Amino acid sequence: MLLETHDLHVRFSTQNGALHAVDGVSLGVGRGESVGLVGESGCGKSTLAKAVLRLLPVAAGRVLFDGQDVGTLSARDLQPLRRRMQIVFQDPFGSLNPRHTVESILTAPLVVHGLGDRQERRRRVEEIVGQVGLSSSALSRYPHEFSGGQRQRIGIARALILKPDLVICDEPVSALDLSIQAQILNLLVGMKRALGLSYLFISHDLSVVRFISDRVLVMYLGRIVESAAGDDLWQAPLHPYTRALMQAVPDPARRRQAPALSGDLPSPENVPPGCRFHPRCPLATEICRRQDPAFRELRPQHAVACHHAEA
Amino acid sequence: MAATVETSGIAPVGRRALRAFLRNPTAIVGSLFLAFVAMLSLMAPWLYPEDPLSMVARPFLWPGQNPAFPLGTDSLGRDVTAGLVWGGRISLAVGLAATCLGVSFGIVVGSTAGYFGGRIDNLLVRLIEIFQTLPSFLLLVVLVAIAQPTIETVTFAIAIVTWPTVARLVRAEFRTLRERDFVTAARALGFGHIRIVMLEILPNALPPIIVTASVLVATAILMESALSFLGLSDPNLVSWGSMIGSSRELLRSAWYLSAIPGIAIVCTVLSINLIGDALNDALNPRSPGIE
Repeated sequence: MLLETHDLHVRFSTQNGALHAVDGVSLGVGRGESVGLVGESGCGKSTLAKAVLRLLPVAAGRVLFDGQDVGTLSARDLQPLRRRMQIVFQDPFGSLNPRHTVESILTAPLVVHGLGDRQERRRRVEEIVGQVGLSSSALSRYPHEFSGGQRQRIGIARALILKPDLVICDEPVSALDLSIQAQILNLLVGMKRALGLSYLFISHDLSVVRFISDRVLVMYLGRIVESAAGDDLWQAPLHPYTRALMQAVPDPARRRQAPALSGDLPSPENVPPGCRFHPRCPLATEICRRQDPAFRELRPQHAVACHHAEA
Repeated sequence: MAATVETSGIAPVGRRALRAFLRNPTAIVGSLFLAFVAMLSLMAPWLYPEDPLSMVARPFLWPGQNPAFPLGTDSLGRDVTAGLVWGGRISLAVGLAATCLGVSFGIVVGSTAGYFGGRIDNLLVRLIEIFQTLPSFLLLVVLVAIAQPTIETVTFAIAIVTWPTVARLVRAEFRTLRERDFVTAARALGFGHIRIVMLEILPNALPPIIVTASVLVATAILMESALSFLGLSDPNLVSWGSMIGSSRELLRSAWYLSAIPGIAIVCTVLSINLIGDALNDALNPRSPGIE
């Protein structure tokens, strides 16, 4: 495994006490694998991503990258790992510094990691810009001169310039127009093939995750509730939450109205007792109100946390 | 290539802001007047090579009475025009130097507090609050009274009472900017703290700092004038404030002695404030003309 987390917890302190944003997540991303992470907004996906990169403090649990514990490394020892794991952000407008040219945005990581001399850096910057589908004339321009899709290409170029092994894509297409989404997704798939990347691909959009992932994790309120290979999940989802998410995808072939998930995502400050999905679950019974379901492997490579799921 | 990138780092906002600034008539008036004062001050040693404190003519010459002394002479026969020109030198020098000092220190404290947050922030905010709860002019008087009243100590004392304003502002800017994705990206890329603070966040926090600095120059000039009016500034130097101070008893008989340096202070401070307002309009991202 390239990336593993073991029982990872991330907490924020708020005025009303601790907020458990990530509550015991264990996952793994293999070399060359694309793992999708789906869930509603606010379920802790982005927090998980930032904790993995040690951009947020981990309250408990471990993050292993290529066998090294990211959480306990000193800042100096972390530096070589930073080169190998990168992140692409959702908002292409906030993720690029408006005061730097594209060239300076892309050169800075090379400078910080002491890679190449001036010519070599220039060559690498030009190469990556070409790879993400921009012309070298973009280099002397500023982020505000580009469209959302082009900015996202710059963001991807920045993540890839250090030749990382793992790229965490945090909703990389959610802020883009539908037509642009496809271009960026194709770019990500192409870059993965060209550079042998692994992705942890975070999205709330099932169709996007379906397109890009080999394996899918479904997250609900800080926990993984279902994990399966992509095809297995699409054909036979086990968790009622996964089924609800799938049914919520608009489908023109299905004439009836999509049954929306009832209610809102509960606040992670106030997690329901028992199964955390039970207030919104159509299958909820007495046991769900009392007992937190274990995460069990019902079929090979297909695990779920639900009392009522059956293989 | 890298060098040109560095120098043009703040160009996009800079160029548009400059255009917006130059379209603003009050900005032009303020800049022209300030340039005029600055030029006179710079040329003082050539215009009036003699010490402005030396007695050169009959006392109480009214403005226009003697063409050699267009603004008249004071109670000791000192040339008011010479005093005005040399005084402007002191006012501008103290205003600029104190602001540079205060802003630099404010940026260091404010950015450290805002960027790191937590305990460091708590500590530095307390420090800022200690200074802000003291009446600034009183503190200034005490500081100057403790130290020898020279132009350096006055400058330093003004910087000490003005830095908390800048520190608070910079801290607030940094607190919002550090949450932006491009800062998170910089951290994920392994950028050091100093690089993130200086090259990623600070350029984005500059517009409000520049605006505040311009207003602080005016405040510093007023503070210096007030100090020298009270006779607490360097007694060996003429400044606008000391000119008003030394002639305040003659207000009824020779009012021009107070009025002329007074007008100089008012016009200079006003022009700096006009520039500050125009900078605010030009650099404020919500104003039209920017994005």
